[in-house]
Amino acid sequence: MRASRSQQLLTYGILTVFLFVAVMPFAGNLLTSLKGRTELSGGLFTLPESWLWSNYSDAWQGARFGDFFINSLVVVVPVVLVSLILSMLSGYAFGMMSFPGQNLLLLVIILGLMAPHEAVIISVWHLMDQLHLRNSYYALILPQIALSFSFGTFWMRAHFKGIPRDLVDAAVVDGCTTSPFSPRNVLWRILLPLSGPALMSLVVLIFMWTWNEFFLVLVLGDSAHRTLPVGLALLRGQYSSNVPVMAAASTIVSLPVLVLYFLFQRHFIQGIASGAVKG
Amino acid sequence: MIERFYARLAESTARHSRPYERFHYAYLYILPGLLIYSVFVLLPIGNTVRYSLTEWTGFSAPTYVGLANYRRLFEDENFWNALGNNAFFVIFYTILPIMLGLFLTSLMTRSKLRGMVIFRTGLFIPQVMSAVVVGIIWRWMFDYRGPVNQFLTDVGLSSAVKPWLGDFVWAPYAAGLVGTWVEYGLCMVLFIAGVQSISEDLYEAAKVDGANAWHQFRYVTLPGLQQQMLVAFVLTFIAALRVFDLVFVLTRGGPGRKTEVVSMLIYEEAFEYHHAGYASAMAFVMTVIIVSVSATVFYLQSRQEGAENAS
Repeated sequence: MRASRSQQLLTYGILTVFLFVAVMPFAGNLLTSLKGRTELSGGLFTLPESWLWSNYSDAWQGARFGDFFINSLVVVVPVVLVSLILSMLSGYAFGMMSFPGQNLLLLVIILGLMAPHEAVIISVWHLMDQLHLRNSYYALILPQIALSFSFGTFWMRAHFKGIPRDLVDAAVVDGCTTSPFSPRNVLWRILLPLSGPALMSLVVLIFMWTWNEFFLVLVLGDSAHRTLPVGLALLRGQYSSNVPVMAAASTIVSLPVLVLYFLFQRHFIQGIASGAVKG
Repeated sequence: MIERFYARLAESTARHSRPYERFHYAYLYILPGLLIYSVFVLLPIGNTVRYSLTEWTGFSAPTYVGLANYRRLFEDENFWNALGNNAFFVIFYTILPIMLGLFLTSLMTRSKLRGMVIFRTGLFIPQVMSAVVVGIIWRWMFDYRGPVNQFLTDVGLSSAVKPWLGDFVWAPYAAGLVGTWVEYGLCMVLFIAGVQSISEDLYEAAKVDGANAWHQFRYVTLPGLQQQMLVAFVLTFIAALRVFDLVFVLTRGGPGRKTEVVSMLIYEEAFEYHHAGYASAMAFVMTVIIVSVSATVFYLQSRQEGAENAS
């Protein structure tokens, strides 16, 4: 369609203004993270007088964000890996097989997609207490795997449903099998090589949700196991009122997700816009 | 019971004549995930219902009290206040972003745009950021010595300067606006993509029939965006109902209880005052509300997809 020149201009104008509003706070935060405390009254978008990288080392060492960073990695990596495998297996069953009880099981799994964390947190806290796992990495890892399973199953089910059945039939004629115990399994041999993009989306989405998770970690993790967002929210002491150090810490918390986002923005937007709310 | 199950199993085997269709393998594929899901999601949801019928500190043995927690909830003005605050946030998280998104999209050209990747990527950034980081940044923006007040002073409005998030009148609006800021990009991205997939023929036909810009918007664009509006609605509405981290960082529910939301109240009752039974009742009510909203939208969505497939 031919758009009139003035409408083109108006469109770009609107997009630019709202792009600016969306990005401005992060840009301001980045500048703030390199300033001295006395420069703050100069305004958000002034350049730092001297680039104060020490704010980052203060956050990393003094305010313990290095420790929180390691905690985040120790929690996020197993959650992503295990969720990925479990979701792929169950998504395969739901997307490619038909069996009695399928719809009921699917409904039960949808429940986890819709229920808020509040529905499970009190009971999970108690369970972890009884298992003597409270204030351990397990308390942060296991529930998050369980909560990612619903979305993962859904995501992989939709993906496998989109793969033509003929492909599987042909593979079976060639001697592949659906048995999970066989090395000539259809899932590993035929489907996995076709699933790269779907698995990539799942990895980045679960990474983001787990990296940013706040409520579960706030309740289930003590100060030795705190991940980055909880560390940032609960920071007390000399650094918590130091705006540039807090800004540096905010950058540390958000950088890994941002880098992934810039590399894989299509996967993020597709995943979030699919309309499924993760529990 | 079990015989019926085996009968159906045999029946499905017969139906799936493909020899490799050992569909009972399906259960094996689901089992590992379902096991961990049962222990950490299903069982806990059941327990929440059970605990909600007890008086329990979270440590001692629970005592059964029937529906007393729910009766108390019904009369608890803090609960109604929190629910009201969630409803207030719906205006900022859901209604404002959707209206803004629709309005702006209607002003834009429907042709494919150069550089859309940049705009889409940028507009979506608030969606992928940790809510805690968003909260920390905006807490400083709205700080008494922060950029918002600095700006007001610079343009000669120093009388408007106030501690926004600590002000009894303004705190709910300021906290709500942060929600609008988080959600509007999502709505814009969804609607722009949606509008571009509406067939140009519909607009041409409308023009032939003498439709003006408003009519085109009302009778072509709006119906064409139904699917996207449904997605935007469910995502932002549920975000408003379950918000926790953003409020925790921005205001902690204050000043007073002016911005206290239901999730905040549950957290305090369960883990600060040790009223685990009462908190469970509150959590269950919150879950019922959220699950019924998402289930309704889920149903509408699948019906719409079904209608599209049928046509």
